[in-house]
Amino acid sequence: MSVTDIQLQEDLAHDDHHDDHHEQGFVSKYIFSTDHKTIAKQFLITGIFWALIGGGLSIIFRLQLGFPDMDLEWLRPMLGQWITTEGKLDAEFYLALVTMHGTIMVFFVLTAGLSGTFSNFLIPLQIGARDMASGFMNMLSYWFFFASSVVMFVSLFIETGPAGGGWTVYPPLSALPQAIQGSGLGMTLWLVSMALFIASSLLGSINYITTIINMRTPGMSFTRLPLTIWSFLITAILGVLSFPVLLSAALLLIFDRSFGTSFYLSEIFIAGEALPNVGGSPILYQHLFWFLGHPEVYIVILPALGITSEIIATNSRKPIFGYKAMIGSMLGIGFLSFIVWAHHMFVTGMNPFLGSVFTILTLVIAVPSAIKAFNYITTLWKGNIVFTPAMLFSIGLVSFFISGGLTGIFLGNSVLDINLHDTYFVVAHFHLVMGSASFFGLLAGVYHWFPKFFGRMMNDKLGKLHFWLSFVGIYMVFFPLHYIGIAGFPRRYYSFTSFETFNIYGDLNALVSIAAILTFAAQFIFLFNFFYSIYRGKLAPANPWKSNTLEWTTPRFPEHGNWIGAIPKVFRWPYDYSKPGAKDDFIPQTVPYSHTPESNLEHENELTKEEDITGVEKAS
Amino acid sequence: MLSLIIVIAVVLIIAVIFTAYRVTTLVDVVKKDKSKSHVPSGNSLQGALMVVFLIAGITGFFYFSMKEYDTYNLPIASEHAVVTENLFWITMAVTVFVFILTQIFLFGFGWKYRYKENNKAHYYPHNNKLEMIWTIVPAVVLAWLIISGLKQWNLVTGPAPENSEVIEVLGYQYAWAFRYPGKDGELGNYDFRKIDAINSMGIDFEDQKGHDDFMPAQLVLPKGKPVHLKIRGRDVIHSVYNPHFRMQMNAVPGMPTRFWFTPTLSTADMREKTGNPDFNYELVCNKICGKSHYGMKGIIVVLEQDEYDSWYKENQENSFLKQNPGYLSQVPEDLKEAAKIAAGIENIEKEQKVTAAASSSK
Repeated sequence: MSVTDIQLQEDLAHDDHHDDHHEQGFVSKYIFSTDHKTIAKQFLITGIFWALIGGGLSIIFRLQLGFPDMDLEWLRPMLGQWITTEGKLDAEFYLALVTMHGTIMVFFVLTAGLSGTFSNFLIPLQIGARDMASGFMNMLSYWFFFASSVVMFVSLFIETGPAGGGWTVYPPLSALPQAIQGSGLGMTLWLVSMALFIASSLLGSINYITTIINMRTPGMSFTRLPLTIWSFLITAILGVLSFPVLLSAALLLIFDRSFGTSFYLSEIFIAGEALPNVGGSPILYQHLFWFLGHPEVYIVILPALGITSEIIATNSRKPIFGYKAMIGSMLGIGFLSFIVWAHHMFVTGMNPFLGSVFTILTLVIAVPSAIKAFNYITTLWKGNIVFTPAMLFSIGLVSFFISGGLTGIFLGNSVLDINLHDTYFVVAHFHLVMGSASFFGLLAGVYHWFPKFFGRMMNDKLGKLHFWLSFVGIYMVFFPLHYIGIAGFPRRYYSFTSFETFNIYGDLNALVSIAAILTFAAQFIFLFNFFYSIYRGKLAPANPWKSNTLEWTTPRFPEHGNWIGAIPKVFRWPYDYSKPGAKDDFIPQTVPYSHTPESNLEHENELTKEEDITGVEKAS
Repeated sequence: MLSLIIVIAVVLIIAVIFTAYRVTTLVDVVKKDKSKSHVPSGNSLQGALMVVFLIAGITGFFYFSMKEYDTYNLPIASEHAVVTENLFWITMAVTVFVFILTQIFLFGFGWKYRYKENNKAHYYPHNNKLEMIWTIVPAVVLAWLIISGLKQWNLVTGPAPENSEVIEVLGYQYAWAFRYPGKDGELGNYDFRKIDAINSMGIDFEDQKGHDDFMPAQLVLPKGKPVHLKIRGRDVIHSVYNPHFRMQMNAVPGMPTRFWFTPTLSTADMREKTGNPDFNYELVCNKICGKSHYGMKGIIVVLEQDEYDSWYKENQENSFLKQNPGYLSQVPEDLKEAAKIAAGIENIEKEQKVTAAASSSK
């Protein structure tokens, strides 16, 4: 048990004696807070802010792609010089837009916004802890993220524009300001921001791992952890192992850019002169980048899958099918995610033998992913499904995960990747499997845990409307991109007019853009619902979804420390839904087996003898 | 004016949403007293919508895929593409089968097992046999796909055949340059320090083999003969891509790459096949390379072998050195005479002398 926890308990004991609690000031309660719940809210709100920016940028470049002849003069008040005198979007700013869209969505929304929010919020609440192992580090984690956000945000407004070499920022393009304006100050700010971001991610991850391993309440063994917690644990481990590699990649890039080294640069002739750099390798950067980059996509999707597991089980009123297989497949995915990175590099000219090895490993990772999808579907089978908005988003997630996952089988097969690499097929693939799926995981989580976040309910009907508009909208955006990709359309193209081969599908691109705009607009329904419900939503009942996990045993508005009095003990796994013989269709984790002889399985009856039920009230 | 209308429209939409929201909440409050169920009303509707979405989605998917088959599926024009295309469609069949099946189960279960008052879910925590099945079956299918894929991969990325036509391709912001080996059949060395506005590929004239190299404006290939592209990048990474040949390889500064393939349809063949008299194979840059990335195009011309031979013969008379004799100064003294012969410059000088003499005699 960590020092913080002991101190907290002492504080609480102190409170009990005097029957009052010392009010925290505004700053320590809402700004420099060490309460994991407040920090989670900070991550969530910042994530929502970034999602709006990232989504907004995509709308601007979708206008260009869908309606290349459109007069964009009306954007001048916002974009200034980036609208050319002919009223068109500047071609270089287009690249900056796609770069920033990718960076923001992958790192700021789906990594910090998702893991930061839900790992922080749910880990202590679901394992039965007063707070994180180190509240202070946790606070630092958010404020590093905040600083990183400020730097990235500032880079949007500088004269030479933000980084523009694609979100993967491959050198030499990202190393040479001669090659593209965005590789000047914009790229410097990108690197600084990412360095801060990595520090934030590491502080967070180390905290999550420590907390999960050390601070579980009595009875909360690893085989009784909710799958959410398992997913956060594996995600945090992936983060700790892979983010430092990105930092080193970024550091070497900083050296190449500013101190004249040649890690990634060799034999370059640009802007009328031969550069002195020899001996470096641009491919080295790609290896380092994807050594993070591939685990990163699992850092993005695993928490979403964990959240989905919890929500699907709760709302199907059934135990998650194959609990151990789910953990096993997450561990498998976690391990394999470190040895598949070079499937992003089949056509970079690396040794074809490496290509073969990475093809095999990549297709192996499809197996645990398939297991997960099948298990979700089997969990629905013979359930008694309640379609809360969270449940709808979770089902949507599974649908996206399958659709996007299957196209990965094409891309992972090196010989097929030759023709598909860097086309819209790839764009369609990862936007479904990683972008939309984890975005839906994020939304599902917000809808499901909103009552715990803010003590109030979100509006159910608006949530469902939001789901259907988003779900249909997202398929309308990304499904057509498969056709465009099979036809060979390259990604990151400002326009397709230069090529005879790509003079088709102007109509399809227009459709995609319209769908994107509508989908983006639908998110404002969510924003309204979210902010309105924080203040005016219906007060939440203690356990609105009749769920088994520990967070629903806390008060409606939990104080710092989460539980009043002792932390509840845990006696069973979190998925005893619709157990035969049981009175209700759910048995919370805090109910001992000795209280439920009517529903116990044989081996569980054995367990009753060892249970320590002191301090547990008999359920009414 | 336009922006004012947009602002008003947005405000109105928000007002409508807000009002609708207030109305539904009030209706809910009134309704709530009647039913004790914790399940919100309209649960079955959600299940029904899932089935509607499923049917509409699958119908749309098959309709569009069939109707547009010839549009998105570009005709194949190389030898290896026939096999990879085959594998592509086998993979497509497998994935579409799984896709349809799983989506039917997902949304179908949504409808079939939607909440009903007196139902109780089936407590079904695991089934090892089922889980084994859906671990092993995907593993076997994937293994089969991997093995078929890797066989092809090894052929495509393996060494180019002995008799292949060696051509150098260089990508730079924002164009392509091509170099052919000339009479001696061998490309000369290059050095990025030798690059200038005219010698765009940095031919190193200290190497004798480069003296007869020629650099046409288009990438001309023979039909039916293996072509071995030696690929270089000059400033940033580019990518040599053409969807008809199913061909792609990055052009990396400092790390030469290669790709070989055999074109099977000439440009003329393709014009006939597509019914487009202006058809051209296009060399596409497919790695983000800067502002005009989207305009970085090269033209690829595929000729019948005999046409190609005569084209080659014609062009090898126009060696780079011959067209830019100023670069003779970069040739070492002892190689100069040989260089003139290799580049065909001797002939020029002779011809010039002859014509000069002829004109002076007049």
